[in-house]
Amino acid sequence: MSLDVLIVDDSAAIRKILHRVLMQAEVPLGKVHEANDGMEALEKLKGEKVGLILSDINMPNMDGIELLGKLKADAALKSVPILMVTTEGSHARVMQALELGANGYVRKPFTAEQIKEKLTGIL
Amino acid sequence: MTTSLASHDIAEMIRGATSEVFQTMLNLSLESLPSHEEPDLPEPFDGVVSMVGIGGTWIGTGRISSPPELACKLAEAMLLTPCSAINAEVLDASAEIANMIIGNVKTMLEEKLGPLALSVPTVIFGRNYRTHCSGMDNWTVVPFRTEGMKMDISFCLKPARSAVYSHANHRLETVHSF
Repeated sequence: MSLDVLIVDDSAAIRKILHRVLMQAEVPLGKVHEANDGMEALEKLKGEKVGLILSDINMPNMDGIELLGKLKADAALKSVPILMVTTEGSHARVMQALELGANGYVRKPFTAEQIKEKLTGIL
Repeated sequence: MTTSLASHDIAEMIRGATSEVFQTMLNLSLESLPSHEEPDLPEPFDGVVSMVGIGGTWIGTGRISSPPELACKLAEAMLLTPCSAINAEVLDASAEIANMIIGNVKTMLEEKLGPLALSVPTVIFGRNYRTHCSGMDNWTVVPFRTEGMKMDISFCLKPARSAVYSHANHRLETVHSF
């Protein structure tokens, strides 16, 4: 069964890199959806069912922490694994994300191997 | 929490953060050149400048200046696709490189200064222009050489006015030394 993924990041460059890493990873990749921020992610999730979300924290309109809170409050989405991929290195913000239910955290800059390793642990 | 930061401390943070981004995301070699300090209003510049703001009890800006050819090379290395001229992809890659480097300097600074916030990056491309950041009058500049070209990473940081007042109320002396 293939895995549909949503990548949420305000940088098109990072979305492109993460897409490439996912294609290299040992996951049965299905469709890869992209969103610029948390608001757009929630809109996409109204029409698409995904099995994994990779999300940045610092984004305009709705940041990754608020997105995480909304996903975990939604019965239909709360079980979707979420990996935070972000420049945010503040211990407090990272802990906040993990306490809200993020399944993992990778700090930018990252290597493909770091992402793949986290995905292996989550999926 | 510290109340002062020396220019060479900031230069070391810039070197560490830049080296990590070049090793992990760009896979390019990087030579760090001696850092220096300079006032605001740098010389007129041709090329790409990416800026990220710092906010909180300390305020400032990080700035990466590179010639257009180097901005294209960095985008190529990051995206693994050919980039022959400045376009939206190159500007977006430049923004993200600045976000990662300045963001990681911010994380290092937080160990000394407490929580800080990061703005979204701004990228400017053009010829014969200057950048100016209000109230920022003394920049730490770290030049680097990569792919046979030079880029500068500059950083300016000072206590926020409210933090100075707060410190004064608590009879703390704020020393701002660059």
